[in-house]
Amino acid sequence: MSYRLGVDVGGTFTDLLVIDNDSGQTFRTKVPSTPHDPSEAVVSGSKKVCADAGVNAEDINYFMHGTTVATNAVLEGKGARVGLVVTEGYRQILQIARSLVPGGLAAWIIWPKPEPMAPLECTVEAPERMAADGSTVRALDEAKLRENLQALKGEGIEALTICLMNSYVNGAHEEAVAKVCAEEFPDLPITISSDILPEMQEYERALTTVANSSVRPVVARYVQNLKDELDSWGMQGKLNLLRSDGGLQSADKSKEAPVNLLMSGPAGGVSGALYVAKTADLPNILTLDMGGTSTDVALIENYEPRLRRETSVGDLTVRASSLDIKTVGAGGGSIAHVPELTGALRVGPESAGAVPGPVAYGKGGEAPTVTDANVVLGYLPEALLGGTFKLDREGAKKAVQTIADALGITLLEAAAGIIDIVNENMFGALRLVSVQQGYDPRDFALMGFGGAGPLHANALGKLMNSWPVIIPPSPGVLCAYGDATTRLRVEAQRSFNTAAPNTTDADMAAVLQEIADEVTRELSEEGVAPAEQELRFEIDVRYTGQAFEVPLAVKIEDFKAGNGMAALEKAFDEEHERLFTFNLDVAHEFVNMRATALGPEPKVEAQTIEKGDGDPSGAKLRDHEMVVDGKMAPAIIYQRSKLRSGDKVLGPAIITEMDSTTVVMGGCVADVDDFGNILINPA
Amino acid sequence: MTAEIIQSNTAAFDKVDVDPVTLDIIENALRNARIEMDATLFRTAMSPGIREQGDAFPLIADHKGQMVVGQFGSFIDGFLQEYKGQIEEGDMIWLSDPYSCQGAISHNNDWLILLPIFRNGRLISWAAMFGHQTDVGGKVPGSLPTDGGSIFEEGVRIPPVKIYKKGAYQEDIVDLVIHQVRMPAWCRSDLNALIASCRMAERRVHEMCERFGDEIYVAATDELLARNYRAMKQLISNSIGEEAVSFQDYLCDDGVGFGPYKIKCTMWREGEKVVLDFEGTDPQSAASINFYLNENMFKMFFGIYMIMVFDPQILFNDGFYDLVEVRIPEGSLLKPRFPAALSCRTHALGRIFDVLGALLGQRTPEFLNAAGFSSSPHLMFSGFERNTGDWFQLFQIGFGGIPGRPFGDGPDGHSLWPGFTNVPNEFLERYYPMRIERYETVPDSGGAGLNRGGNGIIMSYRFLQTGTIAIHDDRWFTYPWGVNGGEPGMRAKKILIKADGTEMVLGNKQDNITVEEGDLLHYITWGGGGWGDPLERDPALLELELKRGLVTAEGAKAYGVVLDAAGKVDTAATEALRAKMRSERGEVPLFNAGPDIETLRARCLEETGLPAPIAPVWEEPAMAEAAE
Repeated sequence: MSYRLGVDVGGTFTDLLVIDNDSGQTFRTKVPSTPHDPSEAVVSGSKKVCADAGVNAEDINYFMHGTTVATNAVLEGKGARVGLVVTEGYRQILQIARSLVPGGLAAWIIWPKPEPMAPLECTVEAPERMAADGSTVRALDEAKLRENLQALKGEGIEALTICLMNSYVNGAHEEAVAKVCAEEFPDLPITISSDILPEMQEYERALTTVANSSVRPVVARYVQNLKDELDSWGMQGKLNLLRSDGGLQSADKSKEAPVNLLMSGPAGGVSGALYVAKTADLPNILTLDMGGTSTDVALIENYEPRLRRETSVGDLTVRASSLDIKTVGAGGGSIAHVPELTGALRVGPESAGAVPGPVAYGKGGEAPTVTDANVVLGYLPEALLGGTFKLDREGAKKAVQTIADALGITLLEAAAGIIDIVNENMFGALRLVSVQQGYDPRDFALMGFGGAGPLHANALGKLMNSWPVIIPPSPGVLCAYGDATTRLRVEAQRSFNTAAPNTTDADMAAVLQEIADEVTRELSEEGVAPAEQELRFEIDVRYTGQAFEVPLAVKIEDFKAGNGMAALEKAFDEEHERLFTFNLDVAHEFVNMRATALGPEPKVEAQTIEKGDGDPSGAKLRDHEMVVDGKMAPAIIYQRSKLRSGDKVLGPAIITEMDSTTVVMGGCVADVDDFGNILINPA
Repeated sequence: MTAEIIQSNTAAFDKVDVDPVTLDIIENALRNARIEMDATLFRTAMSPGIREQGDAFPLIADHKGQMVVGQFGSFIDGFLQEYKGQIEEGDMIWLSDPYSCQGAISHNNDWLILLPIFRNGRLISWAAMFGHQTDVGGKVPGSLPTDGGSIFEEGVRIPPVKIYKKGAYQEDIVDLVIHQVRMPAWCRSDLNALIASCRMAERRVHEMCERFGDEIYVAATDELLARNYRAMKQLISNSIGEEAVSFQDYLCDDGVGFGPYKIKCTMWREGEKVVLDFEGTDPQSAASINFYLNENMFKMFFGIYMIMVFDPQILFNDGFYDLVEVRIPEGSLLKPRFPAALSCRTHALGRIFDVLGALLGQRTPEFLNAAGFSSSPHLMFSGFERNTGDWFQLFQIGFGGIPGRPFGDGPDGHSLWPGFTNVPNEFLERYYPMRIERYETVPDSGGAGLNRGGNGIIMSYRFLQTGTIAIHDDRWFTYPWGVNGGEPGMRAKKILIKADGTEMVLGNKQDNITVEEGDLLHYITWGGGGWGDPLERDPALLELELKRGLVTAEGAKAYGVVLDAAGKVDTAATEALRAKMRSERGEVPLFNAGPDIETLRARCLEETGLPAPIAPVWEEPAMAEAAE
């Protein structure tokens, strides 16, 4: 017997999922999160889910975990105090940043002056200089460096970062500085930028490396605690953490490079969606992960989520790969209001959060929220969470009525307006990941999950013309699925910055081979034999002179055979035309090369449900009414756990389950597949 | 309007009601479309000025040409007034001549694309975008000749031409223009990027019309403009008095030895309308610092400042234009007569923001910001690459200090221009024969205040081969003023140190400076003025900022703070110094611009290393008439 265990830590609940590697059978549980030390809930929940399932700790061979420890350290400003060593003349690199003041003309008047992530008083200069071609202009003056480092000694720094000019070409000076720093600060973790991000652009490289240093102590502590506790429980499987790019990395690597974990949480949802997509045979998916305060959306094409080369958390944007997830401040708790000056209806980004929450929750909330509008329209029936939690429908009506009064419209119009606007915000985000990237949303299915996703997914499918709309089983714990079913991943990159006429297939093949060897070795050290690994290559291409590059997948064999460059140039022109409608007669520049080694895909059989006869009436809970085209209309509420494969539910209808509510709109029909997925299509 | 718009369907749009929800949806969709325009441009443009620094401005307008989303106001009205031809479905307009669009764009380097969007035979909307080209030909690389005597010396002037005529691309016109410039690949690519951005907006407008219907779209754009009108009307009546307030500020020089030039503006309210009158502004310059200021563009600036200063929640568009009247005297620095040179208008463009801030905040000092929107410093560097013989050319925009604000300290070395960023130094070093040896802010350069002005930047370029540089900057002679007791910021300065150690101070507007291998240029920009009484600033902040290298112990004295040899606050000495300073200073003025012009002139050579500019004289109105 062997099992894999996935754990996703959310703001309110920690979700756990055990999968039997052979049968695909799953066991789930939820325990309250423990924000003061998230590992408590992870460990106690693991024990609980294993006890419920009758699984021994020794039988778990993989323990996979999505964590927001790094994310929260950034958002709450609780990262370590970081010291920074830079090239002489660049002490204020983080103070000046890119000189950008966000917003339009005159936005500087109200823009708060940001504090650098490594305080300026903790930044010192290294007397040295490397040229842009990697040659030494000025050798490192070690004695002077030591003298400069003394200024850091009283500052209470907990981590040290080194980022020198042009180190992306040659990291020798950074290594030399690191050696001196290690002697001066033997107890501090030291990170050098040429290790974390060997890429042009000194500010982005410095910031990314500093961000890594900043979250490193807290992540390292967390991972070590967790490891110790799991050890003493008797769990002997490998502990892996989910990276922002949807791959897994080992506990040890996570301690060194936690900057890769900043979007670990949302990546779990996309990875879970990917797993469901495969069971449902739908290669192209738009994901809609809607929670209480925000919504994450992403695009999966041919079973591959789109990646981007940066990660954004709050105001921080670093150069670390992440799934291309757009977040909007639109959730069930988003507050509706009508500003006096413009008389416009606005929804969010302010949220009622979990406390006081929507008015309907009866926990003291007074401002009308999206959830309240859903209650008024009948989309959220009175009893939530399987009947244990009753909604205050009258309170919701009263709150939404304030919006109706301010706009001079009816209660139902106001509630529908709130829903339309919050949907529009999510529509905007979905467009950013689809239409704006040159994808036609009509070629994609839309998957709704998270607490509120299934309520809104049908309406967004209609707006996007993305069918079917899929609601996976247990949409509230999909992230844990993602954690449990994704693959190990190691990535390495080289800056190349060379125009096509100045290089050859052979030169490029050599660099690709070098980074391939590097990632293969690293993944082997994680216990994946080279024969089991899958290698992928990507090259970033642009027209010489452009600032943004387009990453394109390549095969190393093509370059070895001498026809890789020609194919790559052709592929770039096609992609540029698709994205921007034109090509240029200018040399192509190959900017970065990347190799990724992936571990084997876990074989997890999806669980099937009982076959039915197409008639869902056995799952009917009761009659109900909800708004269809502006008027209350009769509808039926079904219980999801009683629906069988092949059942057809005609809208308007509501399907409830423990952690979520699905709306099937009038004019639509929902089919239940063998795996319990609900697939909604226009009738 | 003199442009004739040919529509195959001349039916007027039905007046329809738009429910508030649809209206907000269309508003959001338009805003998203604008973001998509920017994204398309930045991803495909080539010149660092656009792709790295963001010197480009998009908009989407209604069928009458009023901007519904965007930031620099509509260029369309000015064009429609001047254009003599017909506009048909499938046309796209390209222009760069400021005199052909009433200054809606203001020098030849800005290439403007205007796309009328037709639907079902009717003109339903406009998309437009302009971007600064690194080079448009003319007498100097970069096409911004400081000594330009007329616009004919400032590179290729593109009158409004149809780059697409009924859907057909006019390649010959493009070839003809591109042939005039020094950086043809960049210009071609940037032009394509501008077109692609407008096409993006066009697609989005069609999608909205498909979704909601043409009449609803038109009614929604009307209502969005009307909504802004109502909000601004209330804001104006609440915040602007009927009694006139006035402010004047200066451009330091014209680059050919004369200066300073005065910009004066007076503001008052008549009923619900605001009047902004530039009477008292100096006549136009014989050199190229003239700024052909379009009235509508200034209305837009005024509106944005009103909103940012008084109520940042309001969404911005052209709807309020009828509430503002702008008067600019003919033949003045801000409305020069053809064919006055215009290329170096960037200093005056920056300066009118300082003037605007001072006007709006004068009655309500709690909303008043200090000065610092003083210019947009440029460095040009060009030559033939030593090994390959290839032409290289850099146009780089620098930044100074952001003014002290009611909101807090001014950020150090940041951009006052929306969306602008610096160019990574590793990029410069990889693609140009230069090394940036120092890139930091100048301690004490931000004016002292309760809220300190942002520090200016020192950027030290080591040139690795022979080439030519040009410098464009201002605020080297007059000071960025402080307010409410705040001190002025430090002035800008440019120093060239030759490889043999010889040091020379360069002018802040100077072309054709030859540099050689090993030469070092210190390009120093101005600091922002301070806000509020520096004697009230927490001494602990001075201690911290000393450690951060943002102020010096000497500089701390401007705040009445004494820092000891260890960098700690000497409390007793600080209290004594502050008491002394309080008793010795007179009444604290609202504005502090430092010494008067004549004193500045007298001390100029000694303080700046440069001769004082000579007061300009005008032979009115003969020169102006001769130009007609």
